[in-house]
Amino acid sequence: MVEVLALGVLALAAASLDAVLADGRSGPGVRAAAAPLREAGRLLAQQRRTTWRADRLLARTGVVSLPVAAALAAVVVPLGDRAAADLPVGIVWFNAMEVVAWASVWLAGWGANSAFALVGGYRFLAQGLAYELPHMLALITAALAAHSLDPRGIAAAQEGLWFVVWMPVAFAVYLLSVPAMAFWGPLAHPVGADLAGGAMAELSGPDRLVLSAGRYGLLTVAAAVAVPLFLGGGAGPLLPAPLWSLVKTCAVLALLVWVRRRVPVLRMDRFMEAAWTVLIPAVLLQMLVVGIVVVS
Amino acid sequence: METVAFWILGVAAVGTGAAVFAVDSMARATFALLASFLCTGGELLLAGLHYLGVLVILMMIMEMLVMAVFMVMYMMNPAGLMPMTMLHNTRGALAIAGAAFAAMTAGILTVPWPERRGRPPRDPAFALGEAVMGPAMLVMIVIGLAILVTMIATVVLATDRGRYDRDRAR
Repeated sequence: MVEVLALGVLALAAASLDAVLADGRSGPGVRAAAAPLREAGRLLAQQRRTTWRADRLLARTGVVSLPVAAALAAVVVPLGDRAAADLPVGIVWFNAMEVVAWASVWLAGWGANSAFALVGGYRFLAQGLAYELPHMLALITAALAAHSLDPRGIAAAQEGLWFVVWMPVAFAVYLLSVPAMAFWGPLAHPVGADLAGGAMAELSGPDRLVLSAGRYGLLTVAAAVAVPLFLGGGAGPLLPAPLWSLVKTCAVLALLVWVRRRVPVLRMDRFMEAAWTVLIPAVLLQMLVVGIVVVS
Repeated sequence: METVAFWILGVAAVGTGAAVFAVDSMARATFALLASFLCTGGELLLAGLHYLGVLVILMMIMEMLVMAVFMVMYMMNPAGLMPMTMLHNTRGALAIAGAAFAAMTAGILTVPWPERRGRPPRDPAFALGEAVMGPAMLVMIVIGLAILVTMIATVVLATDRGRYDRDRAR
């Protein structure tokens, strides 16, 4: 339970940081930090916009499933050396919950019965494999080195040397594919401005709030998983292990949020080509190196 | 507790499976089927097959969503937005399904069930892999990698002449 609570707090912090970094559009400092809360209040009070012959059941399913998936992914993330769920294949579970985002975005886009929303939903599916394959291979690389699919086991295997040191390519690919899987920042094409908001175009009021919160949740949980995968889990001097996990998670999350405001939107066809021709071969080579080291 | 979960998931799997043929929209049918598969994945988790259960959940979400693209794309009415039905050849299908159901039920009721021997292995996924693949495991690993590389190479070669082709072609 504490994991899901921490996820919520961190996601809100990420939204605040994003508002602060947004070039003073919401006012200076403290005022900007509270902007997500004001926005949440506004959305809660806003009346729902309805579209003609919308498939409400599917749209609502899509909206609600995203934060639920983020919360379910959080139960396998270890704080220090213990996780909420005792699942020996936590990494696969985390990845499965990330892929729920495909369904969420497609359902939200389809359900509205609106052209831009529909295109936004399809966009994510069309890009899906190009994002998912490098992501999955990066996850497997860390699991391969640790002989374990359990995030706790992977964190424990980095006692002497953090994985980020000797598998930097996998870490870089992971960091690059996280915003893609969470359709965030420079890779937010499914909800891009060029589509009038894409899958979120017709979402208003509480629906929009829930889906946006789910997206921050997904980004947060992915940042948290980077810690046991590559950054030594709860290892560190002085502070207790759970605190170190939180500190490292905050650092990764802050980096991801900061990148959104510093990197222009990538052209998706260029990125997809790079994903297939550069990222996947690079991470496969990294995996080969790790495999040779593990076997020898 | 686990028994209750088993029954809830089982009934939900059958119910959503039946819903595939009751709903009138391709999108709803697709996601009803996905829900049914997810319940099945949950049953595998309950049986202690962690890896297989989670893998079923992961693969089925990905697979059904890719399927959704193609199913809606190839529907006879534009974008599959018009009402449709999944039922074809209702009488023949009813006869086949009824016969299959009767045969399987008869099998369950008449075949003497074996007593359990031995204990569940420490790692069921490993044991299952050993049982299915046996000495062919190494071959399968190599072939699996070859298939993956072929898939990636095919896509890489195909991306060069996609609809987003570069300006240099002109």
